[in-house]
Amino acid sequence: MERSRRGRGLKETLDWPLIICYLLLVFIGWINIYASVQSAEPSSIFDFTARSGKQFIWMITAFSLGAIILFVISPTVYESFSLPIYLATIGLLVAVIFLGVEVKGSRSWFEFGPVRFQPAEISKISTSLMLATVMSQYGYKLGNIRNFILTAAIILVPMVIIVAQSETGSALVYAGFIFMLYREGLSGWLLFMTGVAILLFILTLTVSPYFSILALMAIVTLCNDLFPGKIRKWLLIILPVLTVLAILPWGLERIAVITHAGEDSILYRLPLEYILAGIGVCSIPYFAIQAFRERNTFKWMSIVAFLAGIFLVFSVDFIFHDVLQDHQRKRIEVLLGLKDDPSGVGYNVNQSMIAIGSGGLTGKGFLKGTQTTYGFVPEQSTDFIFCTIGEEWGFIGSAFVILLYAFLIWRVIHDAERCRENFTRIYGYCVASCIFMHLFINIGMTIGIMPVIGIPLPFVSYGGSSLWAFTVLLFIFIALVRHERRYFG
Amino acid sequence: MKLDRSNKLKIGLGVAVAIILSRLFIIQIVDEKYKIDASNNSMVYSIIYPPRGIIDDRNGKILVGNKIAYDLLVTPKEVEAFDTLALCEALDISPEFVRGKMKEYYRNRRRIGYQSVVMLKQMTPERYMKFAEIAYKFPGFRGQARSIREYPYNAGGNLLGYVSEVDQDFIRKHEGYSAGDYAGKTGIEATCEPYLKGEKGYNIYLRNSHNKIEGSYRDGEMDKEAVPGKNITTTIDAELQHYGQMLMQNKVGSLVAIEPSTGEILTLVSSPGIDVDMLADIGSHYNEILANPYKPMFNRAVQSAYPPGSVFKLVNGLIGLQEGVFTPETEYPCRMGYFFGRNKLGCHDHRSPLDFEESIMMSCNAYYCYVLRGILENDKYASVAEALDAWNRYVESFGFGRKLGSDFPSELGGFIPDSKYYDRVYGEGRWKATNVISLSIGQGEIGCTPLHLANLCATIANRGFYYIPHLIKDSEEVSIDGKYKERQYTLVDTSYFPEVIEGMYRAVNSGYGSGGTATIAAVDGLEICGKTGTAQNPRGDDNSVFICFAPKDNPRIAVAAYVENGSFGARWAAPIASLLVEKYLEGDIRGNRKALEKRILDGNLMDKVKTD
Repeated sequence: MERSRRGRGLKETLDWPLIICYLLLVFIGWINIYASVQSAEPSSIFDFTARSGKQFIWMITAFSLGAIILFVISPTVYESFSLPIYLATIGLLVAVIFLGVEVKGSRSWFEFGPVRFQPAEISKISTSLMLATVMSQYGYKLGNIRNFILTAAIILVPMVIIVAQSETGSALVYAGFIFMLYREGLSGWLLFMTGVAILLFILTLTVSPYFSILALMAIVTLCNDLFPGKIRKWLLIILPVLTVLAILPWGLERIAVITHAGEDSILYRLPLEYILAGIGVCSIPYFAIQAFRERNTFKWMSIVAFLAGIFLVFSVDFIFHDVLQDHQRKRIEVLLGLKDDPSGVGYNVNQSMIAIGSGGLTGKGFLKGTQTTYGFVPEQSTDFIFCTIGEEWGFIGSAFVILLYAFLIWRVIHDAERCRENFTRIYGYCVASCIFMHLFINIGMTIGIMPVIGIPLPFVSYGGSSLWAFTVLLFIFIALVRHERRYFG
Repeated sequence: MKLDRSNKLKIGLGVAVAIILSRLFIIQIVDEKYKIDASNNSMVYSIIYPPRGIIDDRNGKILVGNKIAYDLLVTPKEVEAFDTLALCEALDISPEFVRGKMKEYYRNRRRIGYQSVVMLKQMTPERYMKFAEIAYKFPGFRGQARSIREYPYNAGGNLLGYVSEVDQDFIRKHEGYSAGDYAGKTGIEATCEPYLKGEKGYNIYLRNSHNKIEGSYRDGEMDKEAVPGKNITTTIDAELQHYGQMLMQNKVGSLVAIEPSTGEILTLVSSPGIDVDMLADIGSHYNEILANPYKPMFNRAVQSAYPPGSVFKLVNGLIGLQEGVFTPETEYPCRMGYFFGRNKLGCHDHRSPLDFEESIMMSCNAYYCYVLRGILENDKYASVAEALDAWNRYVESFGFGRKLGSDFPSELGGFIPDSKYYDRVYGEGRWKATNVISLSIGQGEIGCTPLHLANLCATIANRGFYYIPHLIKDSEEVSIDGKYKERQYTLVDTSYFPEVIEGMYRAVNSGYGSGGTATIAAVDGLEICGKTGTAQNPRGDDNSVFICFAPKDNPRIAVAAYVENGSFGARWAAPIASLLVEKYLEGDIRGNRKALEKRILDGNLMDKVKTD
C-alpha cells in the first residue's frame, strides 16, 4: 500500500528508450554542427565563439529544462494551465509581428541581447496542450459540429498568425495535427480528401487544369463504384471514356498541325477545361436524383466533393499566383520541375543533394566532408544539418538517424496508446505529429522531395529556441507517461 | 494485430520512412551523378601545362622549340581603383583597351564571379617584367607563365604547321581537350599532336563556396605531374630546307628532296610559304595570310595536282620496255613532231632518228607517241581500253594517281585516267590511242603532286623501288609505322632501269651543244642524272619541271623541282634542283656556279603567276 501511494521508482517509470533516443539525436546534432562549421583550421568542439560551443550551452540548459519538467513540475498542472499558456502564446505571436526583429524577410523572432527566440516554437507546445485539454474533456465528440469548430479554431488561430509572420513553413507543421485528429475519430475521408486536394493542386500546376478535372472525375466515380458489382462497370465504361478524353488535347493539337491551322484557330483556343467542367456540373442533377432515390449520403457527399474539387482547380491558379509569395511560388515551381534553376532557388536543393549523394554508402568520415565543410550548402548547421550527416556518415549514418526518429515517433505513439488518460494520449499524438512533420519536411527538403521550407530538424539542428522547444514538448510527454505509470502502471 | 487507427498511422509512418530511405538510397548509392558533381564542386583543378615536345631536324638541330611568354590575368573581384595610365604604360597598351575590358568584365561580373580572366596573351618576358616590377600597385592583376613555340631556323613553316588555342568545335571532336589548351592545327604539329602535346598535370585545391582556396586536397597526394610532350625528330635537313626556301623565293612552286635509300624527305618547300615568325603568333597574322593571293597556307608540294610534263616520259618508256613493245635499241623518227591523221604533236628541233637513251637525253615527243601507241595498241589486249587499264596499273605502281601514304595530314592523290574515264568523256568504244596521245608526254588528264615526282625520281634512283616518303624519323620516343621501312616495287622489272638512268645521265652530262636538255644542271664529279619537263599551263607560261638524283651509283638525294610559269625545265627548275643537290652533297656552291645561284636567288616570277 505504502509503495503504491508513493508510486514506483525512477527506473521503472521513466521511458528510458525514449530518453536515450533523444540524447542520441541531440549528441548527433552537436557533433554534426561542429563538423558543418568546421573550416580549414580546426577548433575545439567546446569553443564558445563557434556554433558547436554555443550548442553545448543550449544542450546543457535543455537537459536542465528536461530535468525540471520531469522532477520539479507536477504533471497535473498542464491540464489546468493550458488555457493561460495558450492565450499567452497567441499574445506573443501577435506581439512579435510588431516587436520582433526581421530575419530573412519574416518577423518571427524576439531578440534579448545575444538570445533570440521564436514564439512559433512555443506555440507548438501550447497548441498541443490546449488541444489535449479540450479534446479530453468529458462529453467531447469530434463529430459534434461545435466541438469540431472549436478544435479547428485552436489549430488555425496560431497557424494564421504564423502565416502573417511570413513563416509559412512553420505554419505547415500545424497541418500535421490532422494525424492526431484522425486518431481521435476524424473521418478518414477528410484525410483522403486532403490528399486528393494536394494531388489536384500539383496536377493543375504541372500538367493542366484539364487533366486535373479528369483525375477528379476518375477519383470521385471510382470511390462511388468501389464495390464488387460496380467496379466492372467502371472499368468497362468510365475508364475508357476518361482515357479517350485524356488524349483528346494531344489529338486536337495533331489535327491542328496537320491542317496547318493558324495560331488563333479554334483548335488551339478551345477552352477544354471549361467544357469538361461544364459537362461535369451539368450532369450533377442526374446524380442528385439518383442520390435522392437511393437515399445515398455518400453520393451527396461525392457531389459536394466534386464541386469543391472543381472550385479548387480553378482557384489554384489564383492561389498560386496571388496568395503565395514570390519565393514560395518559385520553390514550388522548382520542386515540381516547372523551372530548372540550379544557381537560383534550386541552388540550395541541388547543393544539398550533391552533398548527401557524395556521401555514398559509408560517407567521407567525420570532418572529411568537402561540400558541407566548405560552405556549399547554405544554412548547413540549421535547416540543412542533414547534409552534413549524409555526406560524412553516408547512407548507413543517415539511415541510422532516420530510424532513430522513426523509433522515437513510434515509441511516442506506442506509449500514448497505452495511456489511460485521454489527455496524455492526445498530447502524445500531437508530439508525434509535430516531430513527424518536421522530420518529413526537413529531410524531404534536403533530398529534393519537398520544397525548400525553412524548418529545423528536431533535436539536431543548431539553435537554442528550437532545441528547448522540442525538449519541452517531448519531456512534458515523458513526464505525463511517468505520472501514469506511477499510479496506474 | 488489428488494423485500428493507431496501427494505420504507424503504417503511414513506416511508409514515409521508407520513402525517405529509398530516396536516400538512390541519391547516395545508385545515382553516380551527385558524386561526380561533388568533386567538381569543391575541388579546384589548377592545371599544369606540360611543355610541348620539341621538333628536331635530322641532324639534331632544333626546328621548333619552346620559350616562355606571359598571359596577363585579371580577377575582377579583387581589382581595386588603380592608375590606368601607369598600367597602360607598363604594358604598352591604350587606356581605351583597358577601360573597354574593365567594362566588359563588369557586364559579365555574375558569370566571372571570383574567377580570373585573360586580359592580354603572350607577352614577351621583357614586356612582362616591366609590369611585374610595379605589379604590387595593381591588386587583381597577375601574370601567368606559359610555354609557347619558338623557331630557331626559318625553315619549313608550312611543314611544321602552327599551334593555336582549341575552339569549341575542336574540343567536341577531340577527347581530352578543354578550353585554354593549345593544339597543333596543321603540318607536323597536327600529325604528331599525340606525341607532342604531353599530358596535362594538375594540383587539386579545395575551395569554399566563394571560390576561395582553402588548401591543397589531401596534401597534394592526388596531384598529378605534367608529362612533357615527346620530342619529334624529323627527316628534314634544316640547312637544306632553308636553302631550298631561298632558292624558291619569289617563285610559285615546290621543291622536294628525298633520300632514296630511306624515303626520308630532306626538304619540302612550298613557295610562297609561311615565315616561322608568323607561325609563332598565327592569331595576329591569320587575316594577312588569308588575304595573300598566293595562298601561302596551301602546301603545293603535296596538295597541288600538276601535269608532270616530259618527266613522265620516263614512266612511259619503262612501261613500254616491260610490255616489250620496243627495246632500248629501237629507233623512232621525229620530224619536228608526231603526225597522226591530220593532227600533229609537235617536237623541238633535234637530230632523228633517236634510240631510247637519246630520246630521254633530248626529250623527244614523237618517240613517246610511238611508245604509247605501242602500249595501247598491243595485241596482248583485246582493246585499247584494256591496254589503257594495264598502263594505268603500271603507272599507279609508281605511286601516281593515289596517295602515297606519307605522314602528311592532307596529301593529295592526283589523277591517272583509266578506260572508264575516257568512256565517260568520249562514250564507250568511241576513243582510240590517238585521242589520248598526250598522255605519252605527261600532258592531258594526268595530275600529280611534286611529291609524286620526287618519289618517281627516288624510284628510278633505286632502280625500281621506293620507300614511302615520310617526314618523321624513327626515334627512341616515337616509333614510325613499319610501312615506311618496306620496299615498294613497281610492276616494271628492275633490269629496265639502268637504260633510263643512262639517258638521264646523258641529258645532264653530255655537255653544251650535245642536245642534252639539262646540261645546265651538270656539276663536275657529282654525276647528276636528271630529266627536264615543260608542262603546259593554261594560265600563262609553261611550268618548269625537273627531277634529278645524284650520284649515279648509290644515290644520296633525289629532287623534284616544279616552278609555275617558269617556261622550259632547264630555265628554272633544273638549276634550282641541281643547286640543291650540290648544296647537299658538297655543303657549298662552287665558284663557277655562283653566278647561276645568284640568278636563281634574284629571280622573280611572281608577276607571271595569275592569281584569282
